[in-house]
Amino acid sequence: MDIPYIVEARPDTGLYNAKVGIWLFLASEVMLFGALFSAYILLRVSAPDWPYGWLNIPLGTANTLVLITSSITTVMAWASLKMNRFGKFKLFHACTLLLAMVFLGIKSFEYHDKLTHYEIDLKDGRIADGHLVENGKDEVVLSGRFAKDQHDLYDLHERKLPPHREIRIERSRIETMSSYGPWHNTYTAIYFTLTGLHALHVIGGAIVIGFLWGPGSRLWESDPERFTNRIEISGLFWHFVDLIWIFLFPVLYLL
Amino acid sequence: MNSPAHEEHFSEHVRRYLYVFYALIFGTIVTVLASFIPFGSRAINVGVALFIACGKASLVAAYFMHLISERKMIYGIMTFTALFVTGLLFLTILAFADFPPLTIKH
Repeated sequence: MDIPYIVEARPDTGLYNAKVGIWLFLASEVMLFGALFSAYILLRVSAPDWPYGWLNIPLGTANTLVLITSSITTVMAWASLKMNRFGKFKLFHACTLLLAMVFLGIKSFEYHDKLTHYEIDLKDGRIADGHLVENGKDEVVLSGRFAKDQHDLYDLHERKLPPHREIRIERSRIETMSSYGPWHNTYTAIYFTLTGLHALHVIGGAIVIGFLWGPGSRLWESDPERFTNRIEISGLFWHFVDLIWIFLFPVLYLL
Repeated sequence: MNSPAHEEHFSEHVRRYLYVFYALIFGTIVTVLASFIPFGSRAINVGVALFIACGKASLVAAYFMHLISERKMIYGIMTFTALFVTGLLFLTILAFADFPPLTIKH
């Protein structure tokens, strides 16, 4: 049995079915991210202090440019198929996949940086803050600095920070020790939730695009219009992923 | 699928995509630079960054996602979505106007 309206438009909607389907799916995605942005607003406005300058702006900017570039290669891949240039489609979508990998690579580096960054509250009231060098049985070694209090750690844009140096701390002097993972505070919790969910979308989109670029591209020989529609649908999802990042970048990195 | 008129039509599309791409790059650079300008209040910086982000998102939705020339049904779906998201964000704002007694406000 043939599935109807996979290429030709339905008379009542004027669209092929997959297009209606992807837009309904994107509508549900807007609500999902909308709810998380609402949570972000609620947490941020309610917080007595909010971290500023905790993320690497050049890396965030680079990732924004990477996703924007992957959006143009995606739409160019679709336009190439519309112009019957399968070779160019392959080239553009290979670039999209490569850019998706670059995005995830940069994001992984940023996550690793946060997960190896520790705040150690000492029994004498001081705070040691920096990247973990050694987590020994008797002592912990950080490459970092001492802070007077929590407030000293929050606004990193405004403060002139002392250069990082090696700090050796005996375990017996440590009150608490926590990495900058999602458990650290409200900011890192919402940062990892929002960017983690977004990264899962990037992975999902890359898998679909990878399939359509590889084994799925055989459909071009038997049913080019249907294949072009599939590329359009996967492209719509990819642009949505880009669109979400356009908001995540300033909200989490710059403000 | 490959008449000269068809080719010309999509070549025009490709030119438009490139202009949008340049605009998005420009918007990103302006967003980063604007975040370092001391407007006097963090709220103004937030407003400026979100204004530019809305502009960039509109370009992506209108041209890359072809919303500028879509069918009525898609507009209908997205209009309802926009209404619901606005309602959701409005509920968040309402929450700040309705603190229970004895709530500690920072």
